[in-house]
Amino acid sequence: MEKVIDIQHLSKSYGSHEVLKDIDFSVKKGEVVCIIGSSGSGKSTLLRCINLLEKPSGGQIIYHGENILDHKHDIHAYRTKLGMVFQQFNLFNNHNVLSNCVVGQVKVLKRSKEEAETVAKKFLKVVGMDQYVNAKSKQLSGGQKQRVAIARALSMEPDVMLFDEPTSALDPEMVGEVLKVMKELAETGLTMLIVTHEMEFAREVSDRVVFMDKGVIVEDGSPEQIFNNPTHERTKAFLKRTIK
Amino acid sequence: MSLEYILTMIANNWPMFLRGAGMTLFVSIIGTIVGAIIGLLAGVIRTIPVPENKSKRIFLKLVNLILSIYIEFFRGTPMIVQAMVIFYGSALAFGIDMNVTVAALVIVSINTGAYMAEIVRGGVISIDRGQFEAAQAIGMNHMQTMLNVVLPQVIRNILPATGNQFIINIKDTSVLNVIGVTELYFQTKTVAGISFKYFEPFFVACVLYFVMTFSVTLILRYFERKLDGPENYSMTGTKAL
Repeated sequence: MEKVIDIQHLSKSYGSHEVLKDIDFSVKKGEVVCIIGSSGSGKSTLLRCINLLEKPSGGQIIYHGENILDHKHDIHAYRTKLGMVFQQFNLFNNHNVLSNCVVGQVKVLKRSKEEAETVAKKFLKVVGMDQYVNAKSKQLSGGQKQRVAIARALSMEPDVMLFDEPTSALDPEMVGEVLKVMKELAETGLTMLIVTHEMEFAREVSDRVVFMDKGVIVEDGSPEQIFNNPTHERTKAFLKRTIK
Repeated sequence: MSLEYILTMIANNWPMFLRGAGMTLFVSIIGTIVGAIIGLLAGVIRTIPVPENKSKRIFLKLVNLILSIYIEFFRGTPMIVQAMVIFYGSALAFGIDMNVTVAALVIVSINTGAYMAEIVRGGVISIDRGQFEAAQAIGMNHMQTMLNVVLPQVIRNILPATGNQFIINIKDTSVLNVIGVTELYFQTKTVAGISFKYFEPFFVACVLYFVMTFSVTLILRYFERKLDGPENYSMTGTKAL
């Protein structure tokens, strides 16, 4: 199947500290890939390098046959094709729920206000937040904020959705509502790349699981393979620590 | 001194006081607004992320240097001295005979701009990184991020500091009497000069200054509450159980 994003020899260093080392990794259309690993393993950095919130130090990111790290490439247009969901939600504080999902469509994609609102409402319904269109970010719970953030990213109708530990900042009782929405999205055939600590969820929804440790991809395979028959010692040790 | 004297003096000179107060308000309102615009522009330019392109990087550095010199110079010298230098300097250097009111507006605007630039920069820095990242992640460039996400929040946050600046301007325009701007202090001095009584006219000026600054405080508080919007929100459609 067609590769949506193809990463070749990607590296990232902060000064002399190498956070990502020679990463080769790709996501195919319609695939749901979960990246697991302990804190500091570089999984969030990898995700943030993909949409260039962090500038990679070396390597290539091939999107539709073009290396987007070429200076000539329009990174703003590229980013609209990647929906990003953050750990800390990052809803725009000066916008209500609806206009959080509308502002990008109108200002960046140049859609009309009417069209943008129709699209926004459609996705707010998908995440179950369509009744809160008038609410401001500070008036919502964490789980509600994250669902709106998902709707905001979906409203741009991206090729891939990137989730950076979307449930890590949530109270335990709110984790479920966000994971449920994500599970439903996975079933619609959306291409998703998820950095997560929710092992149960990763096992259930992924087509592929990637285990990272110390800036490298240690193991990459089906959920059954990674969770039931891990081949590397580091994967085994990690799973032993995280799954009780 | 008597209350009777003050009342007669007001009755005889109220147009002078009123015109003075009017001029003070006019100069400080325009000065604060123009200064705030200068400050917003300077603040936005000074927070542009370092570009990759080398020539753009050098150009941005140069612009930043000019802005720094402007800010440091106007914050670092008294407005009363700036007034003299600009007013008499423009005549000497460029042969421009500046209208005093125009001179007053220019001086207060660029002075306020220097302070506001730092206030805005502080306001931009105080906005959570996540707001910038979320805007960038949906494809906004620096300008779109600033206009649609960051500045509306910055403006709300710097409103108290801007109000402060406005009040300072109302009081500090009094120094412009040195170049003959007919603001409240100048007019009061004229009234006092006619009668050789100083306490009473300046007491009246004192009250007028306070009424102006306190009104500004109240108006800005009202605006802050307006900007914050309602505490509650209404649900649309029917709530699913």
